[in-house]
Amino acid sequence: MRWPSFFHRRRRKFSSPQGRNQNLHRALRILSVVSSKLMENKGVLMTCPMSSYLEEQLQKRFRLLKLWDSQMKADFLKQNSQLISAVVGNTVLGADSELIDSLPNLEIVSSNSVGLDKIDLVKCKERGIRVTNTPDVLTDDVADLAIGLALATLRKISVADGFLRNGLWKNSDFGLTTKFSGKSVGIIGLGRIGSAIAKRAKAFGCPIGYHSRSRKPNANYKYYSSVIDLAANCQILVVACALTDETRHIVNREVIDALGPKGILINIGRGPHVDESELVSALVEGRLGGAGLDVYENEPEIPEKLFQLQNVVLLSHVGSDTVETCKAMADLVLANLEAHFLGKPLLTPVV
Amino acid sequence: MAQIHTNQTLSVNLPQVLVLGPPSIFRIYEKHLSQKFMLLKPWESPIPLEEFLSIHAQNTTAVLTSSVVAYLSSALRLLPSVRLVVTSSVGPDHIDLKECRRRGISVAYASSVFSADVADLAVGLWVDVLRKISAANCFLKTGLWPVKGDYPLATKLGGKRVGIIGLGRIGQEVAKRLEAFGCKISYQSREKKPSVSYPFYTDVCELASNSDVLIICCALNDQTYHLINREVLQALGRQGVIINAARGAIIDEKALVQFLQEGKIAGAGLDVFEHEPNVPEELLELDNVVFSPHSAVFTEESCKDLYDLVVGNLEAFFSNKPLLSPVQFDDFMR
Repeated sequence: MRWPSFFHRRRRKFSSPQGRNQNLHRALRILSVVSSKLMENKGVLMTCPMSSYLEEQLQKRFRLLKLWDSQMKADFLKQNSQLISAVVGNTVLGADSELIDSLPNLEIVSSNSVGLDKIDLVKCKERGIRVTNTPDVLTDDVADLAIGLALATLRKISVADGFLRNGLWKNSDFGLTTKFSGKSVGIIGLGRIGSAIAKRAKAFGCPIGYHSRSRKPNANYKYYSSVIDLAANCQILVVACALTDETRHIVNREVIDALGPKGILINIGRGPHVDESELVSALVEGRLGGAGLDVYENEPEIPEKLFQLQNVVLLSHVGSDTVETCKAMADLVLANLEAHFLGKPLLTPVV
Repeated sequence: MAQIHTNQTLSVNLPQVLVLGPPSIFRIYEKHLSQKFMLLKPWESPIPLEEFLSIHAQNTTAVLTSSVVAYLSSALRLLPSVRLVVTSSVGPDHIDLKECRRRGISVAYASSVFSADVADLAVGLWVDVLRKISAANCFLKTGLWPVKGDYPLATKLGGKRVGIIGLGRIGQEVAKRLEAFGCKISYQSREKKPSVSYPFYTDVCELASNSDVLIICCALNDQTYHLINREVLQALGRQGVIINAARGAIIDEKALVQFLQEGKIAGAGLDVFEHEPNVPEELLELDNVVFSPHSAVFTEESCKDLYDLVVGNLEAFFSNKPLLSPVQFDDFMR
């Protein structure tokens, strides 16, 4: 049989390298348009304001619903529950049991955080709802801040800044502070963030000890099976573990007493890791040497007794709050959502 | 006879040391020092310094001083018998080394006692500027978090290009710390250091234009006076930060103030100033500047180490033994 000439022309066009390339680009364009159309109709619920960049991108790519748009949250959820396929939450407001129960078509929770304590993971598993978070992209920022807090607390950097700004240097000396380099550092939780903190502290000549659920075979640091022993054997205790039922109030009165009047506590984990009322008493009474805190039990409330203490440095849960990392976290949230809706493997699944 | 203001009654046989300043270390460890040395303390005398020295210090062979003493050169001219000057400062820029060398006067300094502390503070200041630690701490301690919401976003440290000016002991300690933060290190120094692999720049402007932060770790001398001038700040640029825990006069302070006020550089962490304890008032309104009162070396631990070193140097001198931390004149006088 003789094939028509147009067929031969087409065959030559498709079989050449340029032809194949053009075809591929055309296919990708078509796929991109189809994918966009598919995702445009997917309802994504954002639980609270967290990143204007993330909000813009979610608005562009999906059907974005903002939980804080309505004062009557329960009604808002009732009206829109069928539409919502995805929830984007964070460390302030995640996806608890009540929220999950109210969303019958929920397929995925993509958290704009690495911490998962605000997500009912058990419920998600039961219902087959996927969960993703934002590990790795924020590790360095959080570790940097832990060291920054330790330096600020021991060397009284913020106090000194205020001393100068208030004109006090003209008439008096600032006095002595405490050296950071060489102090022993104890880390609770030697995951990604804990390991990054250890790497930095080592560069300051600090001997490192750690407590974790289990010994880490590749870690070259001294392991302590009890937090109290770790606290008794270090001068700077850093909380860097995940918040779970087991780690709630892992830093309690006994641990604080073991750390002692020359010890300092750095918390870049979660507020509930520390028994806050015991911490405040210990600081006020001088039973603990100082603290650098980025998290609190009832954010944004901070115990007022801490405001007057010069040996305490306070930050507002900013461990990953840099321009660069916020964008990287948001991009990861978006990439996970797109992967899910396009049937591709999730980038950073937890469930 | 004029009364000599010393601890004479208890220390007649102790070696005599003239104290000028006095240095901060002296204020902390005076009692300990007076148990080892007979201390001449001119500030306790009602007579002018020149007269005091002429009467009481003609046979004095050792002087203890620090960078707070601006008049050291003129004092030394009135001390014919001096053979040793011990300074509690890291930088001997307040000492006329040329004159000391000419007269055969040895100089001992604080050497590496403070290197880690200065490096720690330089790093601490930079982290503070970029992550807004002091500014946020101040904001929170006024109880404003629930009212005004979150503090503005900060800037990441990792991956930033760090330009170190002066890669001596302190500069190398800074480099070691910031490498662990994932920063890229380059440096400018009088000479390339063969033992380090960081990129080397002969020209400070070129270093500045390839850096996100400049950290000053060099000594103050004729070559480094106002080393950081308008041209260098311009090269550093709008996103650049400058950290100074060395000496105030290494930076043209007027230029720095202008660049910060006009937003032509992103921020500064300053432990030293040209006219301490006066700080440019214009900077006090800026929250992208972190201030420190020349306290890079003042930790309890380093003060104790410094006291041990000062005593060690004095005792070595009086026993005709080698000094523990002598200034090598050639290192500082090029």
